Amino acid sequence: MTSLPYLSFSIWIPIFGGLLTLFAHSERNAHVARFMGLFFSLAGFLVTLPLYVQFDASSSTMQFVEHTNWIRYFNAHYSLGVDGISMPFIILNSFITVIVVLACWEVIQKKTAQYVAAFLIMSGLMNGIFSAQDGVLFYVFFEASLIPLYLAIGIWGGPNRVYAAIKFFLYTLAGSLLMLLAFIYLFQQSQGSFDLADWHALKLDMRAQSWIFWAFLASFSVKVPMWPVHTWLPDAHVEAPTGGSVVLAAIALKLGAYGFLRFSLPITPDASQAMAPVIIALSLIAVIYIGFVAVVQTDMKKLVAYSSIAHMGFVTLGFFMFNPLGVEGALVQMISHGFVSAAMFLCIGVLYDRMHSREISDYGGVVNVMPKFAAVFMLFSMANAGLPATSGFVGEFMVVLGAVKYNFWVGFAAATTLILGAAYTLWMYKRVMFGAVINPHVAALTDINRRESLFLGVLAICVLIMGLYPFPITEVMHASVDDLLKHVAAGKL
Amino acid sequence: MEFQIPNFYPAAPELAVVAISLLTLLLVSFARRRASQIAYYMTHVALLLAAVLTIHVSRDFSATIGKLYVQLPFSEFLRNLGQIGLAYLGSSEMSFTFGQMYLADPLGDLLKVVVCASVAMVLIYGRRYLQDRKLESAEYYLIILFAVLGVMVLISAGSLLSVYIGLELLSLSSYALVAINRDSIRSTEAAMKYFVLGALASGLLLYGMSMVYGATQSLGLVDVARSLVDPQSANRTVLLFGLVFVVAGVAFKLGVVPFHMWIPDVYEGAPTAVTALIASASKLAAFAMVCRLLALGLWDLVEHWKLMLLFTGVASIVLGNLTAIAQSNLKRMLAYSGISHMGFLLLGFASTTSHGSTNAYASSLFYVLTYVLTTLAGFGIILLMSRAGFEAESLDDFKGLNKRSSWWAGLMAVVMFSMAGLPFFVGFFAKFFVLQALWSAGYAALAVLAVVMSLVGAFYYLRVVKIMFFDEPAADFSGIEACFGVRCLLSVNVLAIALLGLFPSFLMQTCVLVVQGSL
Repeated sequence: MTSLPYLSFSIWIPIFGGLLTLFAHSERNAHVARFMGLFFSLAGFLVTLPLYVQFDASSSTMQFVEHTNWIRYFNAHYSLGVDGISMPFIILNSFITVIVVLACWEVIQKKTAQYVAAFLIMSGLMNGIFSAQDGVLFYVFFEASLIPLYLAIGIWGGPNRVYAAIKFFLYTLAGSLLMLLAFIYLFQQSQGSFDLADWHALKLDMRAQSWIFWAFLASFSVKVPMWPVHTWLPDAHVEAPTGGSVVLAAIALKLGAYGFLRFSLPITPDASQAMAPVIIALSLIAVIYIGFVAVVQTDMKKLVAYSSIAHMGFVTLGFFMFNPLGVEGALVQMISHGFVSAAMFLCIGVLYDRMHSREISDYGGVVNVMPKFAAVFMLFSMANAGLPATSGFVGEFMVVLGAVKYNFWVGFAAATTLILGAAYTLWMYKRVMFGAVINPHVAALTDINRRESLFLGVLAICVLIMGLYPFPITEVMHASVDDLLKHVAAGKL
Repeated sequence: MEFQIPNFYPAAPELAVVAISLLTLLLVSFARRRASQIAYYMTHVALLLAAVLTIHVSRDFSATIGKLYVQLPFSEFLRNLGQIGLAYLGSSEMSFTFGQMYLADPLGDLLKVVVCASVAMVLIYGRRYLQDRKLESAEYYLIILFAVLGVMVLISAGSLLSVYIGLELLSLSSYALVAINRDSIRSTEAAMKYFVLGALASGLLLYGMSMVYGATQSLGLVDVARSLVDPQSANRTVLLFGLVFVVAGVAFKLGVVPFHMWIPDVYEGAPTAVTALIASASKLAAFAMVCRLLALGLWDLVEHWKLMLLFTGVASIVLGNLTAIAQSNLKRMLAYSGISHMGFLLLGFASTTSHGSTNAYASSLFYVLTYVLTTLAGFGIILLMSRAGFEAESLDDFKGLNKRSSWWAGLMAVVMFSMAGLPFFVGFFAKFFVLQALWSAGYAALAVLAVVMSLVGAFYYLRVVKIMFFDEPAADFSGIEACFGVRCLLSVNVLAIALLGLFPSFLMQTCVLVVQGSL
């Protein structure tokens, strides 16, 4: 089958678009930059649609494959492809980028072109990560994606942005460098190949597998982030501009989880099974302990950041039970969290743009002055808490079912998230929104405008559709997940 | 004994540099007012001629390229550009002239061309800087020409003596260049330190060479190598002593721990234009010296010098990176970062295995070439930012550069990210290549250490980016003044870093083939 190289388009249209946008850097051209950003992000989103339409859901092989020589000496290829696991994330990523560009429209007033360019370039790099089928190519995208986010947090972030940006960068770099060494080891073991398919088929003994597993874990657990290496995330989120938080929560966190599926599980299946109890324990700590931490936050963004960690704990939990329900549930949870967390941060951004405060105690009675906003925020809060009929419920429910199958008490512990999630989200919602208007600043708030209604409305529709009819998403991932689990069960020893 | 006229042909590039520098000397003494201008252009002519001759003379470049060009359709030609350049470079082998004093091989050719290009870039970047400080003089350019001559002699040295002659020519010129601003206390102090330590190092090297000569009774590197093959023929104890001193001399030139003390002071004290020269051409010369002395002459002692290089390499990476964190002067920071980069280079070089050493040598050749490219861009931007009476060398001088000029801030960020070893910039592939060589030679623990240290390195490079992008600019800023040509060249230089990061294959193949053809 010959088709257009949609994957390359989805990577390079945003990147070149971003580079072009940089040329509209003078403050007079800020509007040009915004429209260019919108144009390229929309173009980048549109070229990903054929990936879904033309996708063959019955096959677990890589589709839309592109394969060219890249670095001859290392036998590294420019090799792209997607399966049912990675395809939804490319679409999600390109979609979120459009939202991010829309969300920055009036808000970002300094260096607009650079802001738009950073997020466009990042979008392209993320698509590269999800579609790379070559170790070097993956690593290059993986590490390069740190740069735009580092700059975004550092330039447009809050008061403590420098600390947050450097912490974010060094934490994630430390992990990924260890992964690089694991890649070099695999390269040597596989007689000079960086092809992921070769690595999946490569026989490794338990000792080698454990070393590689830990190296991968170092990299991916920081990205996810798992307890106890999560501490960069609240800092980065709090200081990041709204767009940065959205991309971090909706996409960047998924990279770690995706890495587990694409690297840890298939390359080191036996080590993964042996270490599963450790990962499950860490995940449960993330779900329960971080859930409690979220309850006591006084800063809205920090609260949602901690809730993201808890939700991602659910994802890693789902992966390491090795049953289809758990893995698919975790994948659904990842996509749902992409929408919901993006929406939560956008909602907080809406409030922050008006009040320049994220402290819960500065708010109260917002519903009286912003009724439309209160309605959508309510929906997203419910989704964050995992209310049935929203997307948040589907994934959590599937993972809990999978967990009960695996072990009743694990399922029991995981299910506490339904209570904790409701506790921290709805309590925050109550304090911010309900009650009497507590101060003149709140009284002066204006309701959301058309632009804000647009992107929040679109996200609300996504959340509802996914909650009511998740089949189109689970359908595409089914074959790939089955194949992956078979591969893991077969082992390599 | 009959006197044979040696074949001058392979030495044409060096002879051209000699001829033009003498001609310039003559012209300059007659031209009164425009002496420095004449010298400037003559230096460029000399460099260009040397590069062209290097390419042309040694192996009929035009013929080879022309033939291949005719044979291939154009698109195919573009695709195979890498192979073509290399099919030709790799096809040649080592040739000697002047007895064994002089040798020509693909490695030497490549290094010579790069040296000429990088010195030309240093001249272009530094000209306005020197004019602003009233340092531009005909002598400056002449001394640079002599330094280039020294580097070229060193690169094509076939015997211990010619190594030493080339080294001394380079060193003496460098001492003078560092002190070119003779009224500055800082510069003269740096030059003094450089001279005293440099003379000591030359002495050590010469002492080592004399022991090697004593043990093998030969000066030619190939003869030395030959007589080492037979374990009975040479006195090992004397040889090992000699080797230690030779490595010390080489390490001094590279500026690696524990012979790095001069680097920060000289980098900081010398006029920035001279620092750029020391950070680029002189590193290439030192690399050539390592190749000639250790990989060619003393190859049989590889198990011994390998350990020394690994030790100095690791020590340099650790010390260079840790000390760089504490620097507030950008030139000093780049000096320490240079120490750590040279450590990386040595680790790559020392990763030889019993299967062969192409991988190891090619990785370090790739490393030094990309390092020179990156460091030239870095110093180029520092030179661009400085004005009359303002050095732009403290980190604070770069505060808020993004607000003043996004373009230069962006380019400097590329340089910093590349030095930190982040993709898509060429620095990543340089590190990757070295790490891969280290790992395949069985030094996994060293690879881990190198990775940890590059994380430390990332911190101080990131700090420069932070200062440029996140901080507010100082109030008293005037625009960046530089002529169009300098801006273009500097931009091309940085874009090359990014492009090589996207398509490193060509340069890697070049390095591999060159190494295969030479060492």
